[in-house]
Amino acid sequence: MTSHSESHHDPHLAHHFESPAQQYQSARLGMWVFLVTEILFFGGLFCAYAVYRANHPEIFIFGHHFLDKGLGAFNTVVLICSSLTIAWAVRAAQLKQIRILKLMISLTLVCAFTFLGVKYVEYSHKWHAGLLWARSYAPQVDHGDGDHGATPESVQMAAPAGGESAAGATAAPAQPAPATAATPDHSNIAPAATGPAGLAVEAAGGGDEVVAEPKNAQTFFSIYFLMTGLHGIHVLGGIGAMFWLLFCARRGDFDTGHFTKVDMVALYWHLVDLIWIYLFLLLYLIH
Amino acid sequence: MTALRTVGEMSVLLAQGTDGSFWMPPGVSTVARHVDWLFNFILAISVFFFLLIVVVMTLFVIRYRRRAGAGAEASATHHTGLELTWTIIPVILVAVIFFFGFKGYLDMSTAPANAYEILVDGQKWNWSFTYPNGYVDSNLHVPVDRPVRLVMTSADVIHSLYVPAFRIKQDVVPGRYSKAWFEAMEPGEYELFCAEYCGTSHSGMIATVVVHPPGEFEIWLEKASNFLETMTPVDAGRKLFQVRGCLQCHSVDGTAKVGPTLLGVFGHSQALADGSSVTVDENYVRESILEPMAKVAAGYEPVMPTYQGRLKDAEIMAIIEYLKSLSGNG
Amino acid sequence: MTVDTPGAAAAASPATHAHDNYLTAGRGLLSWLFTLDHKRIGVMYLVGILSSFFLGGVFALLVRTELLTPGPTIMTADTYNKMFTLHGAVMIFLFIIPGIPATLGNFVLPLMLGAKDVALPRLNLASFWLWMIGAVVAVASIIMGAVDTGWTFYTPYSTTTGTAVISMTLGAFILGFSSIFTGLNFIVTVHKLRPEGMTWFKMPLFVWGIYSTAIIQVLATPVLGITLLLLIAERTLGVGIFDPALGGDPVLYQHFFWFYSHPAVYIMILPAMAIMSELMSVFSHKHIFGYRFIAWSSIAIAVLSFLVWGHHMFTSGQSGLANMVFSALTFSVAIPSAVKVFNWLATMYKGSISLDTPMLYALSFLFLFSIGGLTGLFLGALATDIHLHDTYFVVAHFHYVMFGGTVIAFLGGLHYWWPKLFGRMYSERWGRIGALLIFVGFNVTFFTQFVMGSHGMPRRYYNYLEQFKPYHQASTYGSYLLSLGFVVVAGYLLHSLFRGEKAPNNPWGGATLEWETSSPPPSSNFAHEMLAGDPYDIESLRFDPETRGYVRKDPGSVLLTRVGA
Repeated sequence: MTSHSESHHDPHLAHHFESPAQQYQSARLGMWVFLVTEILFFGGLFCAYAVYRANHPEIFIFGHHFLDKGLGAFNTVVLICSSLTIAWAVRAAQLKQIRILKLMISLTLVCAFTFLGVKYVEYSHKWHAGLLWARSYAPQVDHGDGDHGATPESVQMAAPAGGESAAGATAAPAQPAPATAATPDHSNIAPAATGPAGLAVEAAGGGDEVVAEPKNAQTFFSIYFLMTGLHGIHVLGGIGAMFWLLFCARRGDFDTGHFTKVDMVALYWHLVDLIWIYLFLLLYLIH
Repeated sequence: MTALRTVGEMSVLLAQGTDGSFWMPPGVSTVARHVDWLFNFILAISVFFFLLIVVVMTLFVIRYRRRAGAGAEASATHHTGLELTWTIIPVILVAVIFFFGFKGYLDMSTAPANAYEILVDGQKWNWSFTYPNGYVDSNLHVPVDRPVRLVMTSADVIHSLYVPAFRIKQDVVPGRYSKAWFEAMEPGEYELFCAEYCGTSHSGMIATVVVHPPGEFEIWLEKASNFLETMTPVDAGRKLFQVRGCLQCHSVDGTAKVGPTLLGVFGHSQALADGSSVTVDENYVRESILEPMAKVAAGYEPVMPTYQGRLKDAEIMAIIEYLKSLSGNG
Repeated sequence: MTVDTPGAAAAASPATHAHDNYLTAGRGLLSWLFTLDHKRIGVMYLVGILSSFFLGGVFALLVRTELLTPGPTIMTADTYNKMFTLHGAVMIFLFIIPGIPATLGNFVLPLMLGAKDVALPRLNLASFWLWMIGAVVAVASIIMGAVDTGWTFYTPYSTTTGTAVISMTLGAFILGFSSIFTGLNFIVTVHKLRPEGMTWFKMPLFVWGIYSTAIIQVLATPVLGITLLLLIAERTLGVGIFDPALGGDPVLYQHFFWFYSHPAVYIMILPAMAIMSELMSVFSHKHIFGYRFIAWSSIAIAVLSFLVWGHHMFTSGQSGLANMVFSALTFSVAIPSAVKVFNWLATMYKGSISLDTPMLYALSFLFLFSIGGLTGLFLGALATDIHLHDTYFVVAHFHYVMFGGTVIAFLGGLHYWWPKLFGRMYSERWGRIGALLIFVGFNVTFFTQFVMGSHGMPRRYYNYLEQFKPYHQASTYGSYLLSLGFVVVAGYLLHSLFRGEKAPNNPWGGATLEWETSSPPPSSNFAHEMLAGDPYDIESLRFDPETRGYVRKDPGSVLLTRVGA
């Protein structure tokens, strides 16, 4: 049986816990459960990725060319380093090395900001190239004669993609809409390219043009922005948490037996890093 | 057992369609008998278990009602044999139910090879049925005793085609085709509902299924398809107005519905949403049918779907003539 | 903390100190809004959730009144569509999902564990604030033009309609986080804060039920979160995931949505079943029958609930194979529920049954939930579901399980723990009247809907064909009777707060630990450290006519005795 006399005077021990060990374990379990919820949260997007990629691989193969592998790899390395620095921070807190703790958190912040900076570069490039999510997808194709104001119609369109299966497939080959979206209630949905006998729409355009951009290429960019965007929001959340840790460190909250906050933020940060690694693999490194 | 006896009784009735019962409307399709049989089978099991539970509960309440001074009698707090029994028996029962449900579904989802094919377009808020010769009607006419296959798509949001008498239902989804089939066994008229919420007039999106006696369907189809040749332009226009969904939103008796009434508008000035006005002439009518967003009438929502590609020029002419007749012109 | 004599424990309980309980410790609104006390948080949730139930009920009455006549009655079609949407959204997101866990769970769970609070009290308060904020944002949508998509927000209708979808879905998103954090808190609490001697199979079944619910809350709700986020992104940015005009798939939305929303219905029913286990044992004055089977069935339901979402989509166009698999799995989840029902009945066998109001609700549950569960069989079977899907048969089915199940059990639990929460007894006579009105009114309202549904009456219909009028009218009149029942219940419960007889520690004879402390409990829950015994050892209690409550035959048996300092 635990003795209460010393523990109850411990200012770090909340009144409803029997012992610091119980308190720490509760926080740890709580954080792990939270991380599981985050995995499921992102899981929905990974699922959407899987469904669209399985049904329309050509869209992903086409789209990933517009992602800079170099920048992606750099960002991956940056985040892995930041995981190292935050883990070091936990160790420093354990050993009550407050200066090193603050240094490590600051370094992690530097990495986080670097990551966001690189993402800003990538996003702004896509913005200028018109490579955005579905409704705003308006690729500016440079024809080499200085024409930068190419309209969507000038982007070469492929013949209807042959990858669609019959009944039940995600067959929705509408023309990518220009920035002014389809007016509400006005249908611009063409019937599916593959239908039952006697109803299939004739292949558009005869397929004599150079096959470059597949139909619905914008879906790739929708998924790209959704996944990296949500991840970016989580990076921002992590940044906020780390500033809070710095504030607590200044206040003298941390001690050999009391470094739970750092540990918890570090766990969160590791997940953020892990998710990015999967994003890098799935979005940038497609073959 | 009760269930088997019921099956025996039902099979006498099930040679044709099914009669209506307390629970079900008359079923006139070939699958209705199986659906109703399964329904009654599950009902029998459900009633049995419900009565078992409620009667036992009531008996216990009466028999073991708390008496002053007496506590509960000593008894076991668990009994694995009992647990297994009341687990395994339900497992067997639900497996049987699943099996018959699945078997019936296989029949319901596989159309016979020689089915007569009709295209269905759902839109807010009416149905369009396109027959193999290209004729479009707002009701579903079919021959009796012939499998009919519906190939369906939506122009806007998800709808669902539901004919209770046939026991069929299938969602109608934009951007893809979905299919349903049935074979009606009794001539008559049956209700067809939209069964997936689709907005303001979801409950008004009702059509009629007309099952023609033998030999009469072909006669009907021919007569109906040739309406442009056999009818006067005004009559043809009226028919188009009724079957192509115009009446759903535009009255011809002066009441404002989702769209403005068309009684007496031809030849007069119409105020537009942007503040200007236009004379309702042949050009405006044609433009409104093909590009309804171009000049929206003041005070109305821009919700009219386009009929681009869905109405022939001759049909548009007929509609124009009909509208003229509503103003006492032409 | 030593105990001198067996009798001292009972006498030392602070039941007689009128000022020394959680309700009176600390005054003023801020002491409530910033409390860390799980009991106060539970009570605040109770106020919020019952208000939401009232609001959702008002919408329901408006819907049913409109359906008195086949044509327009008191509102336009657009208004009607908003009414049924708001009824569903408010009832589901504001009332029934937080429902039992946030109110009774919050209050009772730590007490049952002999603990001083939940594991993460600040997170608990955060959950409550998130509930309030989410509720405000969701209800704000009413002012901003309301929503007319149905609570299911199917695309592409929800991505193209002009109504305040974003406000409502944002509210639901925030409420989802409230739910996640509550579940997270309960998981940690059950894992880490059990007292000495309370192994997993010595926990009360209420705890098993809340724990299983928490697992679902934590795993399923994030998927709702991402779904709603995608819906908002679709409307604002046009990301085109669900919009066929932009290359998306509207049926994908349904998969996402139901992947959460099916487990969600088990978030609704598991806590209700958890309450049932307590009521059945206590009011039969007998040990629960089949403890392990009931406990494991809660876990089984939680696991299986994730595998059956496709049964909402049999007509959606998903493949025949998918339909078959989902149908088969759906039947599997029926079995654990049946096991519980049989075990509860067996608990009554050779018991000593008191028909107090909580028990009347428990018996109503058995009746109503059986109908609700059995009608699920019709819907799980493919051939019959094709005909019944999207008709009033489905509406009746889910009201029988959600209302006849969860709400009835909630009322039972509320009446059971009311003395503990507020230290007052309510009028037993009025309790019975209320229960009867609700039972009769409920059946009249919803049984008719089964019949009109199988006759082909589709749901979400503003107008209907003449042949359905008798059913609709009966249903509407039933709803008025049902509402009267709730007015009665609200009346005597509120009255009891001011004029009710003071409650003893243990008015009903429960053997779980919350009955060992005063009614209402002090802020720190227990005056002494508690030792867990068998939570269904009803035999160890005897009725004490002096206090009009039950006491332990051996009071020391539940105390963690210490020798020395």
